[in-house]
Amino acid sequence: MMQPMHGSKRILRPVRDWFVWATLLLAVFLNMIPFGRLYGVPDWVALTLTFWCIREPFKVGMGAAFLFGIVMDVSFAGVMGQHSLAYVLLAFTASGLARRILQFPLLQQALQILPLLLGTQVVMLAARMSVGSEFPGSLYFLESFTAALLWYPLTYLLLLPQYQPMEKDENRPI
Amino acid sequence: MSVVGHQPPPFFHRGPAPLARLLFFVALSLLLLVLDLRFHTLELARQVVAVVTYPLQRLASAPLEGHERWNTYLSSFTALEKENAALRHQQLVTANLLLRQEHLELENQRLRALLDMKSRQPVSSQVAEILYSARDPFARRVILDKGAQHHISPGQVVIDELGVIGQITRVFPLLAEVTLITDKDQAIPVQIVRNGLRSVLFGAGAGNLELRFLAANADVQVGDVLVTSGLDDVYLPGLPVAKVVRVDRDTTYAFARILCEPIPGVERHGQVLVLGRREALPPAPQEPEVKEKPSKGRKASK
Repeated sequence: MMQPMHGSKRILRPVRDWFVWATLLLAVFLNMIPFGRLYGVPDWVALTLTFWCIREPFKVGMGAAFLFGIVMDVSFAGVMGQHSLAYVLLAFTASGLARRILQFPLLQQALQILPLLLGTQVVMLAARMSVGSEFPGSLYFLESFTAALLWYPLTYLLLLPQYQPMEKDENRPI
Repeated sequence: MSVVGHQPPPFFHRGPAPLARLLFFVALSLLLLVLDLRFHTLELARQVVAVVTYPLQRLASAPLEGHERWNTYLSSFTALEKENAALRHQQLVTANLLLRQEHLELENQRLRALLDMKSRQPVSSQVAEILYSARDPFARRVILDKGAQHHISPGQVVIDELGVIGQITRVFPLLAEVTLITDKDQAIPVQIVRNGLRSVLFGAGAGNLELRFLAANADVQVGDVLVTSGLDDVYLPGLPVAKVVRVDRDTTYAFARILCEPIPGVERHGQVLVLGRREALPPAPQEPEVKEKPSKGRKASK
């Protein structure tokens, strides 16, 4: 199982910068939908950040994570620095593990994403509990699991623009 | 240092090492955390970002609002008719009280004038709608659709038709944030209706409230109704707050453990009333200063 794999991978077109930022902004927008205290709604920003940190570690990194963390802190009306701290740590780990994670098939990638997202939630929990907020209950961690389940469809969705050939050519081999 | 004055090729430029960057950003985040929690100096930055993201936020909540509106539109004719009848009945029941209230208030004013007491403070109010509850699993807050533009200021009390639901803690230009009374450690001074015992009620998390620091033999019973005592100059006296649901008198502890549940629909959505500020009481009359006499016991030191 842990043998190096030699299966061929599809060659992708380079990613467009605007697409990366647009998806991150869309994630912020999705996070702003007021679900109230509904458990299991994934943190879209964390998920999208993880994705781009793994796919494009030189484009999206800790700086972007910090910036989007601040935006989330304000729109969640929580404590400043809670999301930015968690996202920066997430971005660091994700870009550090990027090469390794990409070796695996998608479902095994999702298994490796799960601890990253859980870790992010634990950091946020620690930040809030240290200032005396209430414990939200163990169902709070459900959202990491739904986010990990979404890894498979999300990868196809976010790589879709890179699958398109530059110009249509029936005779081209790839 | 490059060999013959050449810079290294640009693809080697990758900025500072990841660990250095991590330490920088983590330090920055921790700094923000401390600044926000200890000194509350970041409110301005929060305001600016909140104004910028306001359209996004409204757009994001549009589907849910639309869904709710659609639901009310589809509510059946019979349900409306039933509700209408119930409301009319309720109006008749309360009409008696309402009609007499004006008379009573006038009488009260006259009596207070006669007794030379301070008159009760009239308080203005504004109706606001709860837009959504903040998506912060660690706190219990809701967002109202009125803000600084509608002259709402932090510290104002928010009630619904049954009692106190919370207090405004943060005001944005077009929105205001209400911390519910069930938020952990949110305190509210209360009084037991049955015997007038005064205490302070704290949010206990999980939608409950707790009366702390009452002696184990304090006269509190299950079912007691708690109303605001008005001692804090913030809450008006007499607003219903909570009901006692459990009293544990464990003699190994000095204090009884008293759990309460909120009377108003604290965790439900709907329309609320934001009460105006209570005017600060005039300072207590100062004692006429007694000229200090040189006491005989003390030596005049030089």
